Amino acid sequence: MHTSVIVVAILVLTALGYRLGRRRSVALVGGPRGTRNLHSLPSYYGFLTALWCALPALGVLGAWHLLDERVIVGAVLAELPPDMQHLPADQQGLLLNDVRNVVSGSLPAAEARPEVQSAAREWRRLQSLSNAAGASLALCLGLAGGALAWRRISPELRARNGVERVVEIALALCSMIAILTTIGIILSVLYEALNFFRVVPLTDFIFGTTWSPQMAMRADQVGSSGAFGAVPLFTGTLLISLIAMAIAVPIGLFSAICLAEYADRRLRAVIKPLLEVLAGIPTVVYGFFAALTVGPLLRSAGQFAGLEVASESALSAGFVMGIMIIPFVSSLADDMITAVPQSLRDGAYALGATRSETIRRVVLPAALPGIVGGVLLAVSRAIGETMIVVMAAGLAAKLTFNPLEAVTTVTVQIVTLLIGDNEFNSPKTLSAFALGLVLFVATLLLNIIALKIVRKYREQYE
Amino acid sequence: MSTEIAPTDPNVRIRVPRARVAAAADDSQPGSKIETKTVGQVTVADAVMTARRVNVHYGEKHAVKDVSLDIGRNAVIALIGPSGCGKSTFLRCLNRMNDTIDSARVDGSITLDGVDIYEKRQDVVQLRARVGMVFQKPNPFPKSIYENIAYGPRIHGLAANRAELDEVVQTSLAKAGLWEEVKDRLDHPGTGLSGGQQQRLCIARAIAVDPEVILMDEPCSALDPIATARIEDLIDELRQNYAIVIVTHNMQQAARVSQRTAYFHLGELVEVGATNQIFTNPRHRLTEDYITGRFG
Ligand SMILES: Nc1ncnc2c1ncn2[C@@H]1O[C@H](COP(=O)(O)OP(=O)(O)OP(=O)(O)O)[C@@H](O)[C@H]1O
Ligand SMILES: [Mg+2]
Repeated sequence: MHTSVIVVAILVLTALGYRLGRRRSVALVGGPRGTRNLHSLPSYYGFLTALWCALPALGVLGAWHLLDERVIVGAVLAELPPDMQHLPADQQGLLLNDVRNVVSGSLPAAEARPEVQSAAREWRRLQSLSNAAGASLALCLGLAGGALAWRRISPELRARNGVERVVEIALALCSMIAILTTIGIILSVLYEALNFFRVVPLTDFIFGTTWSPQMAMRADQVGSSGAFGAVPLFTGTLLISLIAMAIAVPIGLFSAICLAEYADRRLRAVIKPLLEVLAGIPTVVYGFFAALTVGPLLRSAGQFAGLEVASESALSAGFVMGIMIIPFVSSLADDMITAVPQSLRDGAYALGATRSETIRRVVLPAALPGIVGGVLLAVSRAIGETMIVVMAAGLAAKLTFNPLEAVTTVTVQIVTLLIGDNEFNSPKTLSAFALGLVLFVATLLLNIIALKIVRKYREQYE
Repeated sequence: MSTEIAPTDPNVRIRVPRARVAAAADDSQPGSKIETKTVGQVTVADAVMTARRVNVHYGEKHAVKDVSLDIGRNAVIALIGPSGCGKSTFLRCLNRMNDTIDSARVDGSITLDGVDIYEKRQDVVQLRARVGMVFQKPNPFPKSIYENIAYGPRIHGLAANRAELDEVVQTSLAKAGLWEEVKDRLDHPGTGLSGGQQQRLCIARAIAVDPEVILMDEPCSALDPIATARIEDLIDELRQNYAIVIVTHNMQQAARVSQRTAYFHLGELVEVGATNQIFTNPRHRLTEDYITGRFG
């Protein structure tokens, strides 16, 4: 029997369990009028019965499928001729692979060796046996669990508490998934980064000023120094982020002020969604825009002014990134400005302050912590941004603060380090993880600080 | 910040320049005929502000109906009446705070020292410097105590230098009866004061721009009886220099602090008169019902 059939069967059983459990609870107290004598609403008794049907059965089914392959492999190996039982591990793996392919049908049985053919037959036999056993066990458990729960139903049974407990656990599991994923990411990046730092000292990485990750494959190869000084990447990231913030902060802030203080409701209803559309544009599209429109434009403008502008420059990438980030700044700043109580504005107006005086002297100072939080969030977004920079800022790891030159960033280097065929444990590849770790720590810190500030501010008026 | 400021010189007063125009209409004289349904004398001899046939609409809602009333110099007038009868709305007309509400429309004429404040040329900034306001809930700015007071004088350029500003801050706090309590912590945030202190801070803030009229909308409703008593004493002292309009739900408070009382009902000004007459011998039945507790 196919697994999906079993799952459907269990679900049908579950639905049945719900109906029966519910009906029994109502019957126990003598019909719908007596339900006030029940501890919980009848549907909770139904849910409890259903859960007892579904959870053990599905759990066992899942566990069975996770584990049965090992048992089958062991049994198949034991059936092989004695000379094939004691092969080295890698040859054994190849043999098993052949068997597996024959079983799945991707290798025609006729082409395989006779031992493999017989092993495959054995495998199929065991597999169907195991499937049948697993299915029956699951169904039996479902029935038994449901029946047990159904029998236990009594007016005093605290069905609601039981169901709520299960729901609570389910919710906790879901939130755990997010947390565990984060921890998993940190650990894997940390592990690889530590491998890297075993080859390249931490101080070289953090303070070195040359980034040239090509390693010599052979001893006589030239031009591949393998220098891992990340300072040019840090400065490149910093430069581009600074340019982006120089664009995004004033424009975002001013548009937030305009939206929150000056725009009437109709204008606001149009402008706010439009601004937020900016955040929804895929970054690749921004990258095109930066590389194909802004870059050449800046270059010809530079020529006109007698400046040497590289066609891939920090300025064009930073400029476009700044445009992209505007909505982050503006929508958070807008929230913060509207959160300033009207009574403060009234207080200022009543003293004869004009609108702009009120905004400058009362509203903005009151909203400032929140705005700073929003800006920090935007910064961490800028630091992590990759696509625009790959397309518009170039790959040259140059240690410069000249915005007209090509620079590269941490994220871009991670991408280029991992693209193409690489030896996985060469320092070149591992350095990507070290860079990733730096990036992760930096943005994490920024985010924590930003959220702290924003939260502190939110509490202030409540 | 220096807290050792020279003792206040009562002669130093900073005045907002103002145009004094002789009261033109003779209807501001007592005894003259004013078309009004209000019982009692709506005019006074020495009026600093006059309101004539003021109507306020919030969109469709007619919140203040045909109200005519004079605000006398160096006197306290109390506005009383059941909730939603338009007291706050009328009060907010007097310094054009209704301008900040989009749906509000004000008709009729209101003058300050004989000049129509709703005229096109009238600058609301100057108007609000001359007609200050204190709100129901204390609303100090999230700045230091000093900055809270200095804010108004700064935006109106009332102090030429830091010493003058210090002087204004001290005098205002002293008049509001707060100086002794806060003189050692002028740089602490104003929001850190107690509710009653915050309200006195707001009064000091209003006084600091040296207005002629102070509007107070239920200034004590968020305060305990002791803080309330302090503010009532303060209002009585402030009467020496300012005209005060106070909205209150507290009959005893109206009786204690005001010289005149105006009773509003469903947007109309039903009766106005000397406070002791209103509370001992009301002439309109609605007024009587209200102050004897049969209404509202
Ligand atoms: N911003 C506004 N928009 C629309 N209607 C308003 C607005 N403010 C007040 N109103 C309405 O105008 C009427 C008068 O309100 P107002 O606030 O002046 O009453 P009030 O006498 O001050 O009441 P309270 O004693 O409860 O403060 C009320 O019916 C109220 O619903
Ligand atoms: Mg009111």
